[in-house]
Amino acid sequence: MSQPVSETVSLLEGEANAPLLQIRDLEVGFETQRGIVPAVRGVDLTLYAGQTLAIVGESGSGKTTTAQAIIDLLPGTGKVTGGQILFEGRDLTKLSAREIQAVRGNDIGYVPQDPMSNLNPVWSIGFQVEEAIKANNIAQGKEARLRTIQVLKEAGLSDAADRLKQYPHQFSGGMRQRVLIGIGLSSRPKLLIADEPTSALDVTVQRTILDHLATLTRDYGTSVLFITHDLGLAAERAEQLVVMYKGKVVESGPSQEILANPKHPYTQRLVAAAPSLASRRIQSVKHQAPDEAEIFSEGSLDDALLARAAEREHAAPTKDLISVKNVSKMYRIRKQGFRHDELLAVNDVSFGVQKGTTTAIVGESGSGKSTVAKLILQLESITSGEIEFDGQDVAGLRGSELLKFRRRVQPVFQDPYGSLDPQYSVGNTIAEPLLAHKIGTAKEREARVRELLDQVSLPSATRFRYPSELSGGQRQRIAIARALALKPDVLVLDEAVSALDVLVQGQILNLLTELQTDLGLTYLFITHDLAVVRLVADNVCVMQKGRIVEAATTDEVFDNPKELYTQELLAAIPGGDFEFGR
Amino acid sequence: MPSKNFTPQGHYVAPIEETPVAAVDVLDETQKARSTWADAWDSMRRRPSFWISSILILLILIVAVAPGLFTPIDPRSCQLSDSNGAPSAGHPFGFTRQGCDVFSRIIHGTQASITVGLMATLLVTLVGGAIGALAGFYGGILDTLVSRLGDIFFAVPTVLGAIVLMSVLPVRTPITVAVVLALFAWPQIARIMRGAVLSAKNSDYVMASVALGVTRFKILLRHVIPNAIAPVIVIATVSLGTFIVAEATLSFLGIGLPPTIMSWGNDIGQARTSIRTSPQVLLYPAAALSITVLSFLMLGDVVRDALDPKARARR
Repeated sequence: MSQPVSETVSLLEGEANAPLLQIRDLEVGFETQRGIVPAVRGVDLTLYAGQTLAIVGESGSGKTTTAQAIIDLLPGTGKVTGGQILFEGRDLTKLSAREIQAVRGNDIGYVPQDPMSNLNPVWSIGFQVEEAIKANNIAQGKEARLRTIQVLKEAGLSDAADRLKQYPHQFSGGMRQRVLIGIGLSSRPKLLIADEPTSALDVTVQRTILDHLATLTRDYGTSVLFITHDLGLAAERAEQLVVMYKGKVVESGPSQEILANPKHPYTQRLVAAAPSLASRRIQSVKHQAPDEAEIFSEGSLDDALLARAAEREHAAPTKDLISVKNVSKMYRIRKQGFRHDELLAVNDVSFGVQKGTTTAIVGESGSGKSTVAKLILQLESITSGEIEFDGQDVAGLRGSELLKFRRRVQPVFQDPYGSLDPQYSVGNTIAEPLLAHKIGTAKEREARVRELLDQVSLPSATRFRYPSELSGGQRQRIAIARALALKPDVLVLDEAVSALDVLVQGQILNLLTELQTDLGLTYLFITHDLAVVRLVADNVCVMQKGRIVEAATTDEVFDNPKELYTQELLAAIPGGDFEFGR
Repeated sequence: MPSKNFTPQGHYVAPIEETPVAAVDVLDETQKARSTWADAWDSMRRRPSFWISSILILLILIVAVAPGLFTPIDPRSCQLSDSNGAPSAGHPFGFTRQGCDVFSRIIHGTQASITVGLMATLLVTLVGGAIGALAGFYGGILDTLVSRLGDIFFAVPTVLGAIVLMSVLPVRTPITVAVVLALFAWPQIARIMRGAVLSAKNSDYVMASVALGVTRFKILLRHVIPNAIAPVIVIATVSLGTFIVAEATLSFLGIGLPPTIMSWGNDIGQARTSIRTSPQVLLYPAAALSITVLSFLMLGDVVRDALDPKARARR
């Protein structure tokens, strides 16, 4: 593998334009009991000074491992087994631990993924930034303190001097990520590696952080190596794109060109499945001949979705299946002694859900959207207001009445790793609701389990397996199968696809759409991801700080958002203002 | 938004035959199904210390159940002429001050020591586990009461409490010793169980079960306890050894088992008088005690490694 074009360019422009970072045929493996397992298999990439390059791939594609190999931060038993990493002409893989330490931090900065766990909770922010500054010999003594304040100011914390003595828990996720970016850029490195720097943050926060990062790196002339799973984000933020799949580079080049004209089948799949890009396209494809839609292969957002998008336009209004009226939920937060604070998580919320439709509740973290889901599921009691299901007030349900309600309304939770009991085989997990409601004999239950596995497109032998052997997407299918076991009317999907890779997410969304058509299900779709909403929802409620700020049909919300907050949310979708072809 | 010193790079596409695209998210059906317990068993049986400790424990259990298989000599038919006698044919460990065969006494003493250890462990695990699980799961007043009660017992060292209680008890049998030890040792297991239950009960699968309509108590039995039991099993295995030591301590002090019941603790206690002249009288029962305790500690170690995947990964 080689990249012929870069050779000619550097010849033409001479020494001044030699690549800053050049990775050649890099191979990284992890030692296990069964020998070395390759994670990166022959990766080539070139990054010039001042350029921004994004490595895009799903989990397990080797994108993070590649970045970690550059600064010799491979976890555990990982090691470079072949190839070169040339940074300003020096092969980093040949350097001693001491030499690479001088490069790391000074010449190459690093912004880690999770701002929550990458700051030490027992040291103040000021201490931790100052530590980085001293360690990299940027400044010492009194000067280091002044430099710390400067770094935090540059990172966008206006009252930096006052915040030095504060601890990480007093900072929001976005502020912590600003601190980490500040640390990463404190030595004015030539290269900044940002590993999913905003994946844990809300979209609006993500946008301001990335804007700020772009300004800083442009001012300092820093090259940026982005690691991300989000194709839209990569397209928006990087000039160059490297698509990785199973440890190999499958496609690389200018990001606009790749997204407009993906050549490798894997890239085509990714582009077809990314909701932020596809949602824009649904409208156009709707009017096209059906054979043109065949390009959406496995994992893409297929015909069923498009058909639904068309259908929802002439859905006749019926009576609400779920109606939420002026519902509030107050939490009491215990403080020291007997005092407590009151937190109004849900504030006077009203909306209705019609049978057979999908209603999305969208909001950022802390908006109260998950609490609404729990209130409807009767997992939490409401403080005031009324929730009616099929004409019946659900607040007072007890005993067999409650059991009857539970049969009809089922949840699917976000975390596919947490929502299945690790001690239960898949068969037992799916059969549990049947057992709890004493439905059928053992044999009938087994038949039902097979049928449900078939409905979620898993082989029936899956019932002997345990959750730890399954992928995230497969676990989510099991969770859906379990929710469907009692033939419910309503599924409450609480961030049900948020933790999944795009292709898997696309599959699950297709599955949900098929099931809705086949079984006449009603969905309440709780999510932070507006792009997904556009694909699946008929109606949208936008929540902010416990209130519904806007509620309308999906098309209205997306085409003509009335509230400023909704407009901000829409504008923050990565890749939203980018033109994509196929 | 290309920056000013943008250097264009070519559009590279990997040869498709070198990078075949696999189907998305397909179940690997070639692998065998595995539960957590099957995994734990797999990791345990690879460890030599598991086999060493479990063979020793099995042997000790057989000795406890059928001591007659291992020695034909009656430990109670003692001749004072043999007092503190050296080892001889048929009497490999020599004789006690009373002229009893040391080997035979150790073999016959196993039963009492093991009974106390097993009984106390069983009681502690059941009582402490149940109390901890209920307190952790239901919380509220119950939790507060139980936790404070546990703190009170926790503040009293097990052996000290047992000494006080045993010295006033009229009957002293292996069972009373086990009950007394369990009485002061349950808070440890209860605390561990409570902590494990607290973390398990907040998991999504518990919430999913609630929403499915499973009753609270069934959730506790079917989901929470199975997921919280691993650390309890580990502590129980380790504490079995410490209970055997505690029994020996009490018997040594003369307030454990009565002298009429043969136990290692009693033998060690009685050997005090003849340590200087014939140390074997002390050494052999003490060695039997150490080997038993070490076996259980070793097993506990292996079980912990097997049930705690994080410890396994570090290996």
